[in-house]
Formats: sequence, structure tokens, C-alpha cells
Amino acid sequence: MAMKVLREVGRKRSGAAGIGGSRGFADCAAAAMGVAERREGGGGTKAVNLFTAVNQALHIALDTDPRSYVFGEDVGFGGVFRCTTGLADRFGKNRVFNTPLCEQGIAGFAIGLAAMGNRAIAEIQFADYIFPAFDQLVNEAAKFRYRSGNEFNCGGLTIRSPYGAVGHGGHYHSQSPEAFFCHVPGLKVVIPRSPREAKGLLLASIRDPNPVIFFEPKWLYRLSVEEVPEGDYMLPLSQAEVIRKGSDITLIGWGAQLAVLEQACEDAAKDGISCELIDLRTLIPWDKETVEASVSKTGKLLISHEAPITGGFGAEIAASIAERCFLRLEAPVARVCGLDTPFPLVYEPFYMPTKNKILDAIKATVNY
Amino acid sequence: MGSTEAILSAQMASKYFSVNKFMASPMPQMQKQCDGSSSASSAITRQVEKNETNSFAAKIVGMQQQQLKPRSGADRAPSFPASSAMRPLRRVRQAQRLLAVSSDVLKAAPAAAAQPAVTREEALELYEDMVLGRNFEDMCAQMYYRGKMFGFVHLYNGQEAVSTGFIKLLNQPDCVVSTYRDHVHALSKGVPARSVMAELFGKATGCCRGQGGSMHMFSEPHNVLGGFAFIGEGIPVATGAAFAAKYRHEVLKQSSPDGLDVTIAFFGDGTANNGQFFECLNMAQLWKLPIIFVVENNLWAIGMSHLRATSDPEIWKKGPAFGMPGVHVDGMDVLKVREVAKEAIDRARRGEGPTLVEAETYRFRGHSLADPDELRRPDEKSHYAARDPITQLKKYIIEQNLASEAELKSIEKRIDDVVEEAVEFADASPLPPRSQLLENVFADPKGFGIGPDGKYRCEDPKFTQGTAQV
Repeated sequence: MAMKVLREVGRKRSGAAGIGGSRGFADCAAAAMGVAERREGGGGTKAVNLFTAVNQALHIALDTDPRSYVFGEDVGFGGVFRCTTGLADRFGKNRVFNTPLCEQGIAGFAIGLAAMGNRAIAEIQFADYIFPAFDQLVNEAAKFRYRSGNEFNCGGLTIRSPYGAVGHGGHYHSQSPEAFFCHVPGLKVVIPRSPREAKGLLLASIRDPNPVIFFEPKWLYRLSVEEVPEGDYMLPLSQAEVIRKGSDITLIGWGAQLAVLEQACEDAAKDGISCELIDLRTLIPWDKETVEASVSKTGKLLISHEAPITGGFGAEIAASIAERCFLRLEAPVARVCGLDTPFPLVYEPFYMPTKNKILDAIKATVNY
Repeated sequence: MGSTEAILSAQMASKYFSVNKFMASPMPQMQKQCDGSSSASSAITRQVEKNETNSFAAKIVGMQQQQLKPRSGADRAPSFPASSAMRPLRRVRQAQRLLAVSSDVLKAAPAAAAQPAVTREEALELYEDMVLGRNFEDMCAQMYYRGKMFGFVHLYNGQEAVSTGFIKLLNQPDCVVSTYRDHVHALSKGVPARSVMAELFGKATGCCRGQGGSMHMFSEPHNVLGGFAFIGEGIPVATGAAFAAKYRHEVLKQSSPDGLDVTIAFFGDGTANNGQFFECLNMAQLWKLPIIFVVENNLWAIGMSHLRATSDPEIWKKGPAFGMPGVHVDGMDVLKVREVAKEAIDRARRGEGPTLVEAETYRFRGHSLADPDELRRPDEKSHYAARDPITQLKKYIIEQNLASEAELKSIEKRIDDVVEEAVEFADASPLPPRSQLLENVFADPKGFGIGPDGKYRCEDPKFTQGTAQV
């Protein structure tokens, strides 16, 4: 039933890593969220990279809902990462337009559009620039439905933003701010790991009746290539995916970090350690059941993300799992993350949670 | 949205066209200056004279020679030269804007005496600085394509007149705050070319010890407060620095005999739509801070045309809305920029408060070295290439017999050597040591505390591996 498609993802730093882009849609159980739709349109799949998959998703989203809009800085000509190419030509400047350089304005404006029943798909050009918009997102978007007693809601809001290290980004083109938003009840944070995931998750995020922040790993925009179905399909939110089954240790990650984790798994397998790899996909509300089930099986957990370790989202996972699986855990929950410094320029290779750091931590945990 | 967009673009197109018409003749403007200033009037009066002869409305509000009555409903401001290109609605709005000018600003205008033409030394200094800026940026591009420099690099080619025109009038205690297009601002302020180049290469001898790279040039001895990758982020920082200067002068009585130390904030046209900009205009005027807001309007914010992103593209008008003078200047002509800069800096030093200067300029290259620059029309690019500030100044110097061609060539040769030496220095410099990664997160270099083994955490090798217990 499921067709496994394995695709090489080239990565300068960690060498080639394979991401198991897998299976058919039947594997995705109908989630409680109720957003999983398994329409297979058009039949075929095509090998495309991440920005093309995002582009396809946006085309479909605008096509299927006449009240959806895409806007942000430089989206008109296609965006600095080419995610919005062709949209302005196809749907017109009324629906796909550039905004001036004011993130706070963009976010607030998007909330207003969404509150009046539209789907506002706003782009923040780099996740590092999301901080002026932070106030609007935290204080308005997250609380709109709550404080209006469901009179109004901004569920049609989706903020798309490239995040994460890119090799040469420096302080302000490489940050991973997902942890800040995970602390806000009322928002959803979704991070895809590959083109197929990106298209399905983005369509699900756009159609989800809650405000969603969709972080796209900019490292993978061109590098990650995968067979992506050409039609309209969605993947369920708040459902983690077990990418690789194992029995010795559970590894959790999201976004670009999964490629590194996958590599570490391969290397650990050579040492006889069988790793179970989970892609969290939705960071809040996160799929505690899947993770708990996996840790109950293996007894050990390692979390890895690019953001600085203190206060990163790994801390929440570690605390929750420690609470739920305390008696089952055989070793402390390990976190291999970025250092507690601003994102450096020249020292990026030292800052990042690389494959070797993860491997060391796997061995230390397994041999605890 | 569609019809509004259509009206907007028609309005903007006509405006832009009239701008083009006005700017189409660079030489006559230079001519006027070459005459040794036809009258004893300042740059501002000359601008006003020019304005009456074309449809681009009066550029300077608040520095007009005409008497403005105090604000009252009955009094209307003197009417602008009527222009058929303008809709009646715009004219009314413009007239209303005139009322929002405080009268004490006018006193500055007569006080600005006739500006003599530049002396030989000054002209050569300006020339040398602009050539340094241009050659340095060209070398950056070369180094980037050879892989010696990496990351996002934004070059300043074409905009040198603004940097040179303003910064060469500053003293050491004056501050400069810039954007990501900051190499030349740092160079003009006096940061050695070798420091800047080493910083770009990420070496330990760079001005920030290789921490930040292209977009983060800081220098304490030269009071360069950065280098901000984020647009608009530097403007509040500059406002704070200006406040500190005012405090030093008025309360602590500590600054120079010239007057207040001035801060200049450089930023682009896209930033003029950002909230931080407006907040700082308000604060600066409210507290009469010695700051100059310089908008380097190069008409493009990556791929967004300024005319399509701004409701009123004339940024200088935003100054009077907050009560400070707004000035528009031809940013491709260093002598004009210098004149306006002199007056703005003198105003600030006297304690009369901030000025908003919009410099019309152009970047000859793309937004960054990764930008294919496909969106700008070739005729626009060639229009501005014909107004290259360095060529204009060279022509002026030679026509005024301030220096010979040979002397200018020798300056260029000297600058070539300086830039080459900077590259060699940067190449030969060491990369920063790994321990520098953890420094300067907090004031205490050992700020991560002591680990369970009793040693400082930052000395624990596992700390840099990210696996230590933190």
C-alpha cells in the first residue's frame, strides 16, 4: 500500500543524508483535529524542491478559496526565495501584493483581514524579522477568539516565514524563533521537514480554523528534493510522524535538523544502536501520545534543535516526557541544541548541533 | 483594491515622470554652482528658485524665506506655484501641511550664510573618500565571487556622495548609525580599510573581531554605532545616542566648544514606512535632539519600488508633519549634499533640533551580491549612471582648476594601493580563536557560571560541543 520513496538530500556540512519520504496517505490516521483530507488529485507525483512545493501549495490555496490573499515583502515578483512565483500573474495584484517594510503592520493587517473572514497568508521575509510582529501575534492573533467570546476569530491567519541556519546567514538571517511562539496559547506552530510534508502541512495550516505560524527551513529550499503529489492534499496537524522505527532510543526533531538526525541514526546503526526517529511536525499543540508511546518502548529520549538550548522547545518536551514516562526512562532526557549565544557568523559550525554531537549524546544516553 | 491601485500608479507615474524631467539635466545645476554661487543665497534658496520652474513641488518646507504666520484657522499658507500636473486635492493637502511648521525653524535659514565653493583641500578630500568607497566596494564584489567573503553583502556603489557629503563634516565624537549597507559609512567615518576588510573576511583583526561581518560594522574610537541588518532598528539607537550627546552638553557640560555632538542616522526609503522611524521622528523633535535623519532614497527596497510601496513618496514631507524641517537634496551630487549637511549639522550643534534629509540617490548594483537585479529598468539605471557622483566631482574639480588630472589619478592609484593592502592584511590575518565564540554574550566573559565539576562552564570543552549539562 505504501510506496517508500527515498531521496538524497545534499548538505554541505553534514554530507549526504537520506530522508525517508514515505508512504501513502492511508497511514495518516484521521486525527481528532479532523483536518486530514486525502484527496488524491491529478494522480501523478513530481520531483520538486521545497520552495516549489510551497509555491504549489499556495497556488492551490488561492485557487480553491477566492477569499484568500498572499502578501508580504517582495512577494510580487516571486519572493526572495521564489516561493511566491507566478501567484501575482495568475491571481492578480488584488490578491497577491507587496506590503511596505513594516512587519508589525503586516501582522496586524493580516489579523484584521482574517477577522473579517478571509484567509490571510502573510509572509515574513526572514524569521529573524518576526519580532516587531511578535506583539500583534501574541497579544492579538492568539487571543482574538478567546477575548471576543468567539464573536470574531482570526483562524484564517497563516504566517509563513523562512527560519533556521543557512550556512552563511549570520546573526539576523539564521534564527529559529519557534520557542517564543510555542509559549503562547492560541497559536499553532508547524514546521515541515521536506517538500512533500511542506505542501501538505501548508495546505492544512491555511485551512485550519486557527492562526498558524508556518516556519520553512530555508536551508532546504533548494537542497531538499522529493516526489510530491501534484494534486491537492493535506497532512494532519498535531500529529507527529515516526520516520524510522527503532528500539534503543527515541530521537525527536523538526525541520532541517531531521536530516542531521537521520545521518546520526545511520551512524549509530553501524554501532548497533537502533534509533527511532520522530518528526514532530506540529510544535504546538504537539503530539504527546506518539512521543510517549515511543519512549515507553525505548526508554530513552534525545531532542535536537537549532535554537539555543536554554528555553528551547526541547525543554518542554523533556519536561512533559519526564512527567509522563518517569518510571520508564532509563537515562536523563538528552538535548543537543544550539549554544546559548546569539547566532554566530564565523562560528556557525561550532554553534550548530552537528551529527557528531548528536552521536556522542546517543552513545552517552544509551550507555548511561 | 484594483481601482485604487490603478489610480495610485497613475499618480505615481506622473510624479515619477516629473521627477525624471526635473532631474534630467545634471549639468545646469552644476553650472550654477560653478559660477561661484550666483547670489549670496544658500543652497535652500537656490532649490526654491529651481522649484518655481518645474512641476515637482517645493522641496523644502520649513526653510522658506517667506514669512509664515503662526498657525491659525483663518490664515492660509502662501500658495505654491500652481502646477497643472497636480490634482486640486493634493494642492490643498500640501498647503495644509505648510501650516505644520514651527516658526523658530525659519531663523536658521537667514543665519546660514553664503556657502563658498569648496577649497582645493576639501575637494580632494571628498574625491579621495568617494574613490575609496567605490574601489572598496568593487573589491568586495571580487572577493565575494572568489569565496573569500561570504554571507550577505550589500554594496554601496553609486551612493558615495551621501556618505562623503555628510560624514566628512563630522568630528570624532559625532556618531554615525547605519544599515546593512554600511561599509562606506564606516570608511568615511575613519575606520581603516583594513579593519573593515578583515571584518568582512571574518578575521580576528576586523573591527568587531570578526563577530558580525558585513552588516555589523562597529567602531568605538570612531563612534560608528553599527551596522544593522534589520531595517529601522538603528534609528532608535541613534536617537538614544543623540539624547546622550545633548545630556552631556547641557547637564554635564562636557562636550566640545563647537556645540552639541551630532548623530546621523542613515537608512533607506523602505525604512521610511516602518513604525520605528515615525516614533523616532516624534521623540527627536519633542526633545530637540541633535540628530539628522538621512534617507538614502534609492527608489528600491530589494524588489519593491518605493513609488508602489508608499502613499506619499516624498519622504522629506514627513519631517514637517512632526515639526522638523524636511529637506530634499540631489544625492548624486556631493557638493549639494555637503551644503545641506552643513546647515543641518550646524542646526543640530546649535541645539535647534533634528532635520530630516531625503537624498535622492541610486545603487548601481543589486540589493546584495545575491540579487540578480532584474527588476530595474535599463533606462533608469543608465539615467543614474550618467550622474555618477565621482565623475561629476572629477569634472567639477578639473573645470574649476582645483587640481589636475594627474593629481586625481595619483589619488586613485593611492586608493588602489590602500584597498589592495587591506585585502592582503585581511588574508593574512588569523581566524578568531574558538574560545571567542562564548565571549561577550554577557559582560562577564565567564558569564555562564561554574559547572558541576567546579570549572567555569565556558572552559569546559563539552560546552562548545553542546552536550554539556547547562
